[in-house]
Amino acid sequence: MGLPPVVAGLMVYLLLSRAGPLGEWGLLFTPGAMILAQVVLVLPILAALSRQKVEELLGEYREQFVSLGMSSSRMMPTLLWDARFALLTVLLAGFGRASAEVGAVMMVGGNIEGVTRVMTTSIVLETGKGNLPLALGLGIVLLTLVMLINAGAYLVGELTRRRVG
Amino acid sequence: MTSFHIPRLASFILSPPPELCFDDVTFNHEDKVLLGPCSFTLKGTGPTLVMGPNGAGKSLLLRLSHKLLLPTQGQITWSGELCPRQAMVFQQPVLLRRSAVANLIHALAVNNVPRRKRVKLAHDALERFGLTARCYTPARVLSGGEQQRLALARAWLLSPQILFLDEPTSALDPAAIKAVEAAVREFHQQGTRIVMTTHDLHQAKRLAGDILFLSGGKVREHTPAEVFFDKPVSREAKAFIAGELVE
Repeated sequence: MGLPPVVAGLMVYLLLSRAGPLGEWGLLFTPGAMILAQVVLVLPILAALSRQKVEELLGEYREQFVSLGMSSSRMMPTLLWDARFALLTVLLAGFGRASAEVGAVMMVGGNIEGVTRVMTTSIVLETGKGNLPLALGLGIVLLTLVMLINAGAYLVGELTRRRVG
Repeated sequence: MTSFHIPRLASFILSPPPELCFDDVTFNHEDKVLLGPCSFTLKGTGPTLVMGPNGAGKSLLLRLSHKLLLPTQGQITWSGELCPRQAMVFQQPVLLRRSAVANLIHALAVNNVPRRKRVKLAHDALERFGLTARCYTPARVLSGGEQQRLALARAWLLSPQILFLDEPTSALDPAAIKAVEAAVREFHQQGTRIVMTTHDLHQAKRLAGDILFLSGGKVREHTPAEVFFDKPVSREAKAFIAGELVE
């Protein structure tokens, strides 16, 4: 489920570099390349978690669905809708993973100020330069953001349990 | 299962429910025989109560009849139609994570009932089963009795010719049991064949037309209810009625 980020970064780098198969797109060291690397990293996590949630639900519903004479294709929209809150928490988990990413985005983005420098790569750079107050400040902001997202995920889960059962 | 909705008409009520025929059916799981071989035919008006101790194969028999499982050997057939309209109510009702009325509308949508008719039919069914006040309550926060009534209302909307009930009252209090039994009688009066499992002797006496008694995966007895309770033939049934612990 978890791809090592630097390996994913290296693969995307090779794909997008001038001599690579997608070199003509000219994406290397742009935000587009960073998005691509993040997608490669986060998609397997989203897919695995979503599958797990929907499978759990199907285990619960299967007999009733068969009893109602539903085909597999008819089951799918019902399952997705009934798993909607679980899938929202999955989405937030994916976002949390992406927001904490350093290695891959540094490799394919190049950490260019004003273009591809994000909070995590700034923290790495500032720490390296010895500018610890700025690194710490950025760290606190990032930590707060991630905590808010996690709290949101938790609240959504709790509220659903109470409201929908 | 047919997937269109037929309104309850006089002709439907008068037509006798289809007969269910088990022909030498066995069900194995990993080389272990869980049910059978058993042969019987459910005819007459019923209701048929399937009785027996835990693990006798009652639920299995229902699931095989309803085609949730396929038999390892043998044939399960219906008289007349290839596959009549049927519904099943489970011990633990399986309800979707939405409101009571949305659960019913979903069942109608799955059965291709035209959109404009769904809401009215759903509300009618809620009213019939005394759930109008709980219409917009999420189905899964209803009480156990209300959930089971909602499951019955959903079955009602499918106008089944056969209704399977798998211990529908085993987790309910007396008031809720009474409501469920009243609903079962209503189905019966509409000409639906009832096949219901229970291990409650009193409930069987209240409801049964005939009894199918299972133990150890075999059908030990299939007799009218009065015969079963007065003069059971098999040793297992005698012990069961006498309140002994049958395996």
